[in-house]
Amino acid sequence: MQRIGVFVCHCGSNIAATVDVAKVAEMALMEPGVVHAEDYQYMCSEAGQAKIADAIHEKNLSGIVVCSCSPRMHEATFRKAAERAGLNPYMVEIANIREHCSWIHKDMEEATKKAVILMRAAVAKVNLNTPLKPGESRVTKRALIIGGGIAGIQTALDIADAGYEVDIVEKTPSIGGRMSQLDKTFPTLDCSACILTPKMVEASAHEKINIYTYSEVEKVSGFVGDFTVDIRKKARSVDMDKCTGCGVCQEKCPSKKAPSEFNRGLNTRSAIYTPFAQAIPNVPVIDREACIKFKTGKCGICSKVCQAGAIDYEQKDEIITEKYGAIVVATGFDTINLDKYDEYAYSQSKDVITSLELERVMNAAGPTHGHLERLSDGKAPKEMVFIQCVGSRCSDDRGKPYCSKICCMYTAKHAMLIRDKYPDVNVTVFYIDVRTPGKNFDEFYRRAVEQYGVNYIKGQVGKVIPQPNGKLLVQGSDLLDNKQILKEADMVVLATAIEPNPDVRKIATMLTASIDTNNFLTEAHAKLRPVESPTAGIFLSGVCQGPKDIPETVAQAGAAAVKAIGLLAKDKLMTNPCTAHSDELLCNGCSTCENVCPYGAITYEDKEVNDHGIREVRRLAVVNSALCQGCGACTVACPSGAMDLQGFSNRQIIAEVDAICR
Amino acid sequence: MSIEKKEFKPKIVAFCCNWCSYAGADLAGSSRLSYPADVKIIRVPCSCRVNPMFILRAFEKGADGVIMCGCHPGDCHYSTGNYYARRRMTLLFSMLDYIGVENGRTRVEWVSAAEGVKFSDTMNSFVEKIYSLGENVRLGDLRCRS
Repeated sequence: MQRIGVFVCHCGSNIAATVDVAKVAEMALMEPGVVHAEDYQYMCSEAGQAKIADAIHEKNLSGIVVCSCSPRMHEATFRKAAERAGLNPYMVEIANIREHCSWIHKDMEEATKKAVILMRAAVAKVNLNTPLKPGESRVTKRALIIGGGIAGIQTALDIADAGYEVDIVEKTPSIGGRMSQLDKTFPTLDCSACILTPKMVEASAHEKINIYTYSEVEKVSGFVGDFTVDIRKKARSVDMDKCTGCGVCQEKCPSKKAPSEFNRGLNTRSAIYTPFAQAIPNVPVIDREACIKFKTGKCGICSKVCQAGAIDYEQKDEIITEKYGAIVVATGFDTINLDKYDEYAYSQSKDVITSLELERVMNAAGPTHGHLERLSDGKAPKEMVFIQCVGSRCSDDRGKPYCSKICCMYTAKHAMLIRDKYPDVNVTVFYIDVRTPGKNFDEFYRRAVEQYGVNYIKGQVGKVIPQPNGKLLVQGSDLLDNKQILKEADMVVLATAIEPNPDVRKIATMLTASIDTNNFLTEAHAKLRPVESPTAGIFLSGVCQGPKDIPETVAQAGAAAVKAIGLLAKDKLMTNPCTAHSDELLCNGCSTCENVCPYGAITYEDKEVNDHGIREVRRLAVVNSALCQGCGACTVACPSGAMDLQGFSNRQIIAEVDAICR
Repeated sequence: MSIEKKEFKPKIVAFCCNWCSYAGADLAGSSRLSYPADVKIIRVPCSCRVNPMFILRAFEKGADGVIMCGCHPGDCHYSTGNYYARRRMTLLFSMLDYIGVENGRTRVEWVSAAEGVKFSDTMNSFVEKIYSLGENVRLGDLRCRS
């Protein structure tokens, strides 16, 4: 028989305001096995933990139940406290009477009744707990970064500087990401490329960093400290070792009609291309969809002009398998598709562009060589209208419910840059709210209004109508003056909502990392563990976790790196002892469990068993506890009921069911 | 002689997987999104850990409804667990319906860690359904009845 102690936490007033904690403690004493029960203000405090330790010593407790907040919050705290007091940490159970009770119920009587039942279920479970001992697993001292934008580059640099090997996998032909497409950055108006390219060069030159561009993660298996990853290196059709990056092939390529991804499709590029001048690596790829040689078999000009003989039409995709201890997701974002926002005439007029397209228009390496001009006729605009929150903060399913966070600031930046360079251009911004929290951010926005005379109108735009004279008629409202506005503009810029990279769902599935309804990766704790995924060994860097500007992304990238370094610095990890085990006398060696195990943790061995005096050799399931992750799939699949899960055994769960239904 | 009618307070067991739904329930809690106290949650590592026997046991012991929540298909922390759970429950629920435990008393719902609102909405609608169905007598162990 267990000797159980029950500790009921007030959590200040969080629990005590709706649950009669003294009553829960009193009721606990009537449960089988309970020899001690008390309530206290803050069980997680040092004094609270000391109370637990004292009770373990004085009453010689063999198991404890803490009625408190979610086990996701403080289970580890109480397990450690128990361990310090000499109790096996797995003899601790938590009854969640805060998140699952006091915070959601108002009626004290009802909440107290429920808390008592939850306490009973935990007591019933701990009565059947057995001491468990974690195993050990090794750590591969190498990190994988998925995504080579500023988030991925910064994380890679920080991990590599700490002395660990890092691989970056980037889908496009060059690292650099979205930041490489930006012209200037707020709030300092630094040139984006000027601050990014040194980082790109540093990453590519770093002896601990290995970069796979034009590559994708294909398969992930294993677990924290020991992931095995298949990386698909897509056929570049150019030999990376031979190519000198002279660029002659791109100049001579006769197929120049492919839309330039880097310039957001505003101009074209050759079929053999590097996305931009400072691309790293400076080795082109052949776009096989656009290449005449691949389409018709005739051409081969690039091969003829290449002095280095680097062109290789026969190159095939290559799969590389590597082992990693930690994986950082830095997959970034894209702007949303505007098909559902036809009222802004984005598809009808070339002069309606997104803000990211405006970045390219204003960039010296962009389609207009940095001149602000209408893309339809090349004329200089006189009236420009910016529309905010296109697809952000949207209550219907056309757009996104969240604030994209960066738009208010970059629009202020665009408006300011345009007014600075072209003082005769009038700039009007339609906004719902201007949100500029951040260091020097509001000052920046006010400069746009006060110093540069940008006209901010609080109100939404209902429609943009292309006119026969080439102008755009903007129909909007001014909420402060309560009037309708009709404005003729030469260009309209849409502050388009950002969304996580469309590939991230596929990657999250491979990593078994949680993802929310907006496709942002979920963090382990919204406040306290913002750069870790709930899946151990997976870290989050940049916009894949939520909308962020560059300073925040860089800060988070560093934080993710530190967390990954903390993992890589360990030689051994403690494994979860809540693993499956098979009852040798019940197992009939049918292989059902082997088939449902996602980790290949179950094998079969011929073993001698002593079945009630009969000794014989039988084919039996054996669980490799280092591989078992404790999901329990085998326990339910097993037709003979031989498989059980330690820590969540059949008897324990049934005891909980019984306690709840009592 | 008067017939005393006791107020119906259903017993509802919710199995929640540790990685998505239990966290979703925590989020509902910290966001103060209320649902009736009749729901009691049991934490399991994965929805695939829910043995049909647990559900039968709950009904036998007098539960009026059992709901199982897991990660969205494709998002299982253990890759494939919720697929097994989904198939198992489909079979079990149709069998239960056949023997008289109506389909409304059993439910599978996918709730992610970020869906506190969905968790509380799900529980509210499930409890409402159980109230409309009334007490479950079909599978209850007669010896358990007071």
